[in-house]
Amino acid sequence: MDVRRTARETRLLYTRHLRTTLRSKVGVVFGVLQPLLYLLLFGPLLTRLSGVRGFGDHDAWQVFVPGVLVQLVLFSAAYVGFGLIADLRAGVVDRLRVTPVSRVALLLGLVLRDTTVLAVQAVLLLAAGVAMGLRAPAAGLAVGVALVVLLAVGVASLSYLLALVTRREDGFAPLLGAVVLPLMLLSGMLLPMSMAPGWLDVASHFTPFRYVVDAVRAAFVGDYASVTVAEGAAVTAVLVVVSVALGTRRFLRENA
Amino acid sequence: MIEASGLARTFTTRRGTVEAVRGVDLSVAPGEIVGFLGPNGAGKTTTLRMLTTLLAPTAGTATVAGHDLRTDAAGVRRRIGYVAQGGGAAPAVPVGEELDLQARLYGVPDRAARIADLCARLELEGLLDRPAQALSGGQRRRLDIALGLVHRPPLVFLDEPTTGLDPHSRGNLWEHIRRMRDEDGTTVFLTTHYLEEADALCDRILIIDHGRIVAEGTPDELKRRVSGDVVTLELADARPAARPGAPTAAEAGEGPHGQVGGVVRARAALAELPQVREAVVTGSSVRLTVDQGDLALPQVVRALDAAGVELTALRMARPTLDDVFLTITGRSLRDAAA
Repeated sequence: MDVRRTARETRLLYTRHLRTTLRSKVGVVFGVLQPLLYLLLFGPLLTRLSGVRGFGDHDAWQVFVPGVLVQLVLFSAAYVGFGLIADLRAGVVDRLRVTPVSRVALLLGLVLRDTTVLAVQAVLLLAAGVAMGLRAPAAGLAVGVALVVLLAVGVASLSYLLALVTRREDGFAPLLGAVVLPLMLLSGMLLPMSMAPGWLDVASHFTPFRYVVDAVRAAFVGDYASVTVAEGAAVTAVLVVVSVALGTRRFLRENA
Repeated sequence: MIEASGLARTFTTRRGTVEAVRGVDLSVAPGEIVGFLGPNGAGKTTTLRMLTTLLAPTAGTATVAGHDLRTDAAGVRRRIGYVAQGGGAAPAVPVGEELDLQARLYGVPDRAARIADLCARLELEGLLDRPAQALSGGQRRRLDIALGLVHRPPLVFLDEPTTGLDPHSRGNLWEHIRRMRDEDGTTVFLTTHYLEEADALCDRILIIDHGRIVAEGTPDELKRRVSGDVVTLELADARPAARPGAPTAAEAGEGPHGQVGGVVRARAALAELPQVREAVVTGSSVRLTVDQGDLALPQVVRALDAAGVELTALRMARPTLDDVFLTITGRSLRDAAA
């Protein structure tokens, strides 16, 4: 594979997709709206929980904002497949697949656009968090955003993979609903899983997001060098590699 | 330009396997406009998607634009253009951006000049800033074609290029397609289920039905070879008429008074002519299928005259491609397409 050519093609497609996104700015705002509402309307409830057994004695915002960040990935990056289904229907995907463009570039152009959008949303959300009372070391915030952005690469790739498999909104939407909600609840985004009964805690360890949420929380309280952060980073990295590989393979396959 | 042999594709669905294309052999020479004709579901689009690298064949081999389809898909992609049935322009993206991206993806040198030239030829000037969704149907189709031609491919595939266009836009698009062959020597492989389109535009036609090529040739060859011309005769003497309960005169061979009727004499006379392939009698009219009707007609008239059969009217119709389709597949393309 010619890396330079692939990079050039990825950049071309990235620019095109980003321009399309910027054409409808509302999309970026709506994507961040749901996590923002959780922050504004649910977060304040948690400030009363500090000191409750299992919640830990950290500041409630240090526990909650990482959860909302990962939730943003689920609510924003998981839904990017809808755009691809629209492109499939308009024939755009076939038109691009007939060109000699590298199949990796076809996926990465999209995914990097989504990641850019998500990074902007994450910063917006953090700013709102700080306004609500979040206090965390700058390095911790940076590690947190980096993890979340990386996670978005994996989640967006999986979303495109599912979109290419289902090919229609009425297949994609229910599937997404069935996957996103349990993943969100099991990850301990809203309340830390350390509060959970044993069986739930065990179950949550089978979902990747649990590790990422815990890692971002650890970063926000300043435990950068902890096992928790390393675990979260490792899980995210594996997710990214596997999902990008699967997504590319799907684009390579004949009837993608 | 295209050599395919035994190209086949089966799909596995929940209900079992569907053989969409069952072994297609075809050959297209450089500079030809070849029409791929068949009803919806016959396997046209599936074949096209295989030839354009979008779908891997389950069997068979093909060389497209000089590259092997299975081993060198990238080589094929560089040398072909493809315009899908529904087009490929994103609705919200301005025309100019779409063309520019397409040119960059193919690494076209001197992009601006190439795009300007294409737009001039395909009547797209002044539309570069408009999103594709704001174009008329005909403009939209010409944009799709421009996207497929931006890298000057020697071979272009058009899937149902004029479906959904009004007659004026359709004729206009035919002109563009002819010009791209005449001026640039581009080989064109197009699918259609419009007979008049295949007839007006194509040098050669392949007819596909149920996943197999069932006939091929120039429009004239197909019409001649497959159905012959249709000659309809109106007889002055339609006797003998059938009597209730009795065998019809045509079957009995003789009239009610032992006198041979006009229909029977006409049949006997026509049976002598080798050009007449088939004769169907309905009341006083006789419908003949004859080879090369223009040459056969005088002989038919002479033979009937000699047999003492009086004619009141005589019509000849050249077969349409629909007749061809009817003869080959046993159903009308218009019905099959509906």
